[in-house]
Amino acid sequence: MEQLASLIAASINAGTPLLLAALGLLINERAGVLNLGAEGMMLVAAIAGFAVGYSTHSPMLGFLAGALSGVLMAALFSWLALVLATNQVATGLALSIFGTGLSAFLGQSLVGLGLPAQAMGIPYLKDIPFIGPALFQQHWMSYLALLLCGAIAWFIYRTRAGLVLRAIGESPESAHALGYPVRWIRFAALLFGGACCGLAGAYLSLVYTPMWVEGLVSGRGWIALALTAFATWRPLRVLLGALLFGGVTILQFYLQGMGVSIPSQVLSMAPYVATIVVLALISRNPDWIRLNMPASLGKPFKPDAS
Amino acid sequence: MHNLWPWKLELRGTPSRAMTYLSPLIAIVLTMLLGALLFAALGKDPLAGLKVFLIDPFNGKRAISELLLKATPLILCALGLAVCFRANIWNIGAEGQFTVGALFSGAMLVFLDVPNHAIPGSVGLVLMVLAGIVGGAFWASITASLRDRFNANEILVSLMLTYVAQLLLMYAVNGPLKDPNGMNFPQSKVFSDEFMLPMLLSGTRLHIGFAVTLILAAVMTVFMTRSFRGFSLMVGGVAPHAARYAGFSSRSALWVSLLISGGFAGLAGAFEIAGPIGQLLPSVSPGYGFAAIIVAFIGRLHPVGAVLGGLVMSLLYLGGELAQSRLGLPSAITGVFQGMLLFLLLASDTLINYRLRRKARI
Repeated sequence: MEQLASLIAASINAGTPLLLAALGLLINERAGVLNLGAEGMMLVAAIAGFAVGYSTHSPMLGFLAGALSGVLMAALFSWLALVLATNQVATGLALSIFGTGLSAFLGQSLVGLGLPAQAMGIPYLKDIPFIGPALFQQHWMSYLALLLCGAIAWFIYRTRAGLVLRAIGESPESAHALGYPVRWIRFAALLFGGACCGLAGAYLSLVYTPMWVEGLVSGRGWIALALTAFATWRPLRVLLGALLFGGVTILQFYLQGMGVSIPSQVLSMAPYVATIVVLALISRNPDWIRLNMPASLGKPFKPDAS
Repeated sequence: MHNLWPWKLELRGTPSRAMTYLSPLIAIVLTMLLGALLFAALGKDPLAGLKVFLIDPFNGKRAISELLLKATPLILCALGLAVCFRANIWNIGAEGQFTVGALFSGAMLVFLDVPNHAIPGSVGLVLMVLAGIVGGAFWASITASLRDRFNANEILVSLMLTYVAQLLLMYAVNGPLKDPNGMNFPQSKVFSDEFMLPMLLSGTRLHIGFAVTLILAAVMTVFMTRSFRGFSLMVGGVAPHAARYAGFSSRSALWVSLLISGGFAGLAGAFEIAGPIGQLLPSVSPGYGFAAIIVAFIGRLHPVGAVLGGLVMSLLYLGGELAQSRLGLPSAITGVFQGMLLFLLLASDTLINYRLRRKARI
């Protein structure tokens, strides 16, 4: 029982960065933009967040720095993909390659430094038996991510602005004809996505690990991208998927702790293999994916060409 | 968006052919200029910084041979990626295919390289190279079959497989392929000289793999520009509907391009193992597979371009190493330059379809 509670708690901890990043990417993709730079944005945010958090002793400032650096990276992407209408796949890859290099470059002097432990959990609630240690012993960012998930679901389905966002993802030409500034809205969506990926990266280096090593994000940006597709671009399913993947990530440590005689490297493959398997399962029905996917996803919009 | 940018992009009537070839040059020059600014910002002499990146790697026979040596895996991976990208297959997992190629060829050498195991070095080398090619192609075939059977996105699958490949290599050098006399380091034994690739230039580390790479680049040029198969691959990438109408199978395009790409990446891995490295290490690649994506684009998805692009990228790698030893900068500066180069290339490519005009003031 106690072990189950800590397994749930650890899954939430591991799922938080995936949830944050995937929610940001969901907003990008609902607006019709595919940003494969999530891994790069998260890496840069992780090092920026860690550097600021370490030098100011304020995790809050660290998170702010992480979000800001994510926004800056997203702005770089936006300039290329929206103003110059470059191929989004190639531009996103460029962002990831650039982020990998930049984070390694900036982080070289910070390798091996540690952060003090942070206060975790909600007072009083965390003392409830079982439910307390399972659900209420998280960093405040996890609860913020949960709130964000609800807010985004509400925004997309219940507000006029959310409707416009979806319309732009489905048919930018029609939205343009109706007078909506397609590229400005896409710009805003990308910056929001950058901020979310930034918070996710900062969470990894400030709370989850908490330290900096080269390549710290280790594919979580890509897993978050896959998550948006698993979730068929629905926020609440993103939450479910993030918890599930958090669980898969954590399970390896539990199996190791239980003395299962599988080499640790093979266990570490679990999240990546799981991503591949789920991706294959979910894509099996192309009609279903096509039905849910924002119709203009990945296609540059050039108002002068239409 | 308009007010952020004082220039106006005007659609050209026809894409500019000159710009197709000029844009990589513009990107390289701009990268160097931004690099100089970066050096200045870091408090280093920009000219000394540029000299380290642009001139020192050409300084003498040894330096040039190192340049060609480093270009070899980059060109090989980019040759395969160019085929994939032309067929509109986004194989991003060359790094993983490279790793598995290195793993397979290393395993083959561990198996062959036993004292009194009467196998001639030349036979061993052929087997080793074949193992590398098979390993890379096998790894790419997973992506191909998941895309083929389940319609799974090849970008994400090939990338996830890269992480799996890295862990597989870690497992191998910590487990079955670990050197029993290696002081518990995660690495295989050092392979004997008879299983190392012959040198191309005496007194250097430049091996015969570079010559093989040039020959393969020529073969690929013929394949892509002169063969029916190469033509149908390209049509499938540019105009899928036309390709379907002409009866070109997109399935075979998927498999052919991924198998070629994986095979080339695996060969590159084998060459590294039996070339400069000489044993199996957890760090066989400093990101060659990812850098090769940039090389393929810089080279305009053409085999000859891949050779030139590979040399440029090799220059960046060597420049990064020299920047560490001579200027005291982190060698990770290479990654920053790589990213900048790809960004600037994508930006300059806009000039292929657009003309830059000063906006009239209103």
